[in-house]
Amino acid sequence: MGMAQLGNQLYTGERSFDFVGRRKRSYLISGAVFLLSLVLLVVPGLTFGIEFEGGSEFRVSGGAAAGELVAEDAVQEVVPGTAPQVTTVGQGDVRVQTVELDTAQLDEVRASLAEAYDVPVSDVTSTSIGPSWGANVTRQALTALVVFFAIVTLVMAVYFRALAMAGAAMLALVHDLVISAGIYALVGFEVTPATVIGFLTILGYSLYDTVVVFDKARENTDAAFRDRDRTFAEAANLAINQTVVRSINTTVVAILPVAAILFIGDFLLGAGTLRDISLALFVGTIVGAASSVFIATPLLVDLRRRERGVRALDAAVAERRAAAPEPVGAGPAGGAAGTGGAGGPA
Amino acid sequence: MSNDRPPQRARRGAPVRRPHHGRTLGVLLLVAALLFGAVGAGSIWSDARWAPGLALDLEGGTQVLLTPRPTAGGGEVTEDQLQQARNIIEQRVNGTGINESEVSIQGGENIVVSIPGEATRAQLDLISQSSQLSMRVVLVAAEGAPAPAGDPAAEDPAAGDPAAEPADPAAEPAEPTDPAAEPADPAAQPTDEAEGAAAPAALRRDTAPEPAAEPTGAPAPAAPEASPAPPTLADVATPRPTPGPGQPTDSPATPPADASDQAWLTEDVGRLFTELDCSDPANLAGGTGGAEDPALPLVTCSQDGSVKYVLGPAEIQGTQLTGSSARQAVNQQGQPTGGWAVDLQFNSEGGDAFEALTARISQLEPPRDQFAAVLDGLVVTAPSVSGTIPGGRAEITGNFTQESADALAQQLRFGALPLSFDVQSEEQLSATLGSEQLRNGIIAGLVGLALVVAYFLIQYRALGLVTVTALVVAALLNWGVILLLSWLQGFRLSLAGVAGLIIAIGTTADSFIIFFERVRDEIREGRVLASAVEAGWRRARRTILISNAVTFISAVVLYVLAVGNVRGFAYTLGITTVIDLVVVALFTHPVVALLARTRFFGGGHKWSGFDPEHLGSVVARSAWRHGQVRKTVAQLRAEEREKARAGAGGGGDPGGGSADDGTAGPDGPAASERGNA
Repeated sequence: MGMAQLGNQLYTGERSFDFVGRRKRSYLISGAVFLLSLVLLVVPGLTFGIEFEGGSEFRVSGGAAAGELVAEDAVQEVVPGTAPQVTTVGQGDVRVQTVELDTAQLDEVRASLAEAYDVPVSDVTSTSIGPSWGANVTRQALTALVVFFAIVTLVMAVYFRALAMAGAAMLALVHDLVISAGIYALVGFEVTPATVIGFLTILGYSLYDTVVVFDKARENTDAAFRDRDRTFAEAANLAINQTVVRSINTTVVAILPVAAILFIGDFLLGAGTLRDISLALFVGTIVGAASSVFIATPLLVDLRRRERGVRALDAAVAERRAAAPEPVGAGPAGGAAGTGGAGGPA
Repeated sequence: MSNDRPPQRARRGAPVRRPHHGRTLGVLLLVAALLFGAVGAGSIWSDARWAPGLALDLEGGTQVLLTPRPTAGGGEVTEDQLQQARNIIEQRVNGTGINESEVSIQGGENIVVSIPGEATRAQLDLISQSSQLSMRVVLVAAEGAPAPAGDPAAEDPAAGDPAAEPADPAAEPAEPTDPAAEPADPAAQPTDEAEGAAAPAALRRDTAPEPAAEPTGAPAPAAPEASPAPPTLADVATPRPTPGPGQPTDSPATPPADASDQAWLTEDVGRLFTELDCSDPANLAGGTGGAEDPALPLVTCSQDGSVKYVLGPAEIQGTQLTGSSARQAVNQQGQPTGGWAVDLQFNSEGGDAFEALTARISQLEPPRDQFAAVLDGLVVTAPSVSGTIPGGRAEITGNFTQESADALAQQLRFGALPLSFDVQSEEQLSATLGSEQLRNGIIAGLVGLALVVAYFLIQYRALGLVTVTALVVAALLNWGVILLLSWLQGFRLSLAGVAGLIIAIGTTADSFIIFFERVRDEIREGRVLASAVEAGWRRARRTILISNAVTFISAVVLYVLAVGNVRGFAYTLGITTVIDLVVVALFTHPVVALLARTRFFGGGHKWSGFDPEHLGSVVARSAWRHGQVRKTVAQLRAEEREKARAGAGGGGDPGGGSADDGTAGPDGPAASERGNA
């Protein structure tokens, strides 16, 4: 209903949002958010989990009823003088974090916690991470990031046969990544390997929307170069308008399952793989969709503005309009999809 | 296919091809049948199951992440060595009697050991011991499985008479290591592993791990069977039920003249050898690599457990072996014999030691003419020597195939670099927490699915039902592929993998949206549904392909450079991306195309999701009824523009065209247009 109707009007150009024309405002807002995110990454900064910092962690299933103090005593019984961090997570689990313990202590604390909470030892999860592992994980994640960027830039450049498109998509990607990380820092969730998964997957999803818009933009600009009936910026803007409904739809549909995991992961399970992946994805998908509309396409216009062909097109269109004043925006669908216009119904 | 429809008007001269949608659906059916047929056949004749294997975070268990590092000095661990390290650890793990454990390489430099259920501390310690290669001469060899025929110690004249042991260090034969200081103070035994160090017998190192204290011990495989409860920490303290490979605690009665001297066969050696049962997998766990004393004889098994040996002190260390490779064997004329051989290259020290060793043992009777390459406490190979081999190069021939020669060469290469294993992380995962996580993960998936379905029904009406069906088809295919990989590849579904599957609901549905919206675009352009579906598909296909390609690339990058549990996620992400493509191409597209021929969809029913009126197209429902195609929005607009130009810019409503009255004549091809309102 509403969506389809809006889709029609946006498609034909009856209604049009001037995303490209108002790009200064978009840049300003997203630039501000980008800077704010950078600040957030410093203060308060990301909270790294024990996978990055090294340390030991225990989780007692269904131990919350007995309280958190029990855990402190149980740990100090084995390792006097430590100050374990004890939190209740999810539905009644107790999580205990300590400095890195040696293997013997690990076993003892596990047994001691099981005894204190009166659960079988097998209900106590223990994790111990050496200090060098964090560096290892970080290095791997950064390598993955760089490799991914390199491959995808190449693929995009080949697919769109335009470096400007690949460049704009990649800039938007950096933008998405930094903002997602900033929001992650703001929320204060721990950064775990699962978070890293989430962030690296954002890359894929963020590109998804950009590709959809760019595909249409290429179609429209190709038609514009041929028909000389609208400027490059107008053709790109029409592409955003024509795809905005599907951008919203794909984003909503992508986000619904993620939101389900986030909600259940956070409220029912507490800290853990599901929550960490889904928060990163939740934020990243929304930011990614917004950036493909507000940032990526306007960037594309700016990147190609000075090209000779684009300047010639814009000049030709301006000349034509001056010669035969035509109501701006009239019949923008003509040639928009490269299928309109000519061809009679026989 | 059916031609009873009103003829379609091809626009722009491109005839609309009529793809064989029924056939396409048939292909999908075939794919699904093959997939499930394979799993079904596997479940009957092999060990495939109808439920996927679960990873440790869902099933509970122990996971240890190790990084191999060269023991001494710098140097990188090569992929080859990593693979060998994995094999060694696998041998250790299997030897400890842990069932269904899995040892895999992750991220190109880590080894992940996954053990379902509880593992004892002793088992875990064994896994992470360092490994090392050495070469020792064979003193006694016997079949591994049955009890040995005779007590080797009894054959030793010296062993029988302890009193004959001369305590005089001067009687000590000259050895490469300097024995001068040793006799005075046994504790001062040099720790350097000089080659050929048949160290003085009196100098047994008390700190050297004794068989009883060795962690190889854990429970023999028989033990868990007897008591279904997993072994607890208390078990570690109990002595090993069966004696394993080990080194003697007593000293030879007579200081042995050289490494091949029978004097090494002391009473204790005899006892160890007699008791050693190489058919017991617990004794094939290895893991003594870093601990065994190179100066003492070693009683141990061959890797496959078929032979057991008493070996002399280590004479050549792995570090002295510079290379080993497999090549085709040649006879003396240089003609290939058709067999395979393994080449060994030593450095100068190693070459000298090897020359001395071969010169000595080639004179002896079998089995003492053999030398053994010992890796990780077990004998990898024990070739016999027929003559002195100078020059630091040797060749091992035998019944090698290319494969077995390669395998041996690799093992020897690996052993050349002594490795230790850093324990990066160790996790004991609770099964209770795992099942809780799995249950909640499934709930999350169902909630997510329900939300997506609801959104689709609102946005796309009846078309939403197609989506639901397509999602079910995708889910079934995913299930099938996971079962298949679970069976063939040992894939285990982890929590991150479950998250990947849930998230895939969204991405799969996204492809449908891109397709549907493209079709709607074409309808807006004035095509009738059947042709809009084809045109829309051709355009959507490219977009879907490239966006899925991007997702697939990220999955592959994540998988290859995986850290921790990232892998399970990357795996399911990759699978679902491919299946998404399969479903949209082989199911959604043909189904929508077939439905487009029905009255409900093709006629643009209000609830079909493709209602042209609703979508602002001029192709009114009556066109379907009367077999006429009207002018499209674009054509009308073009006409309008013409008019406007002619009429000096009088141009009407710039938007979706002029609002006309919407009634079409009964059968007149009137170019009436409906407004958008």
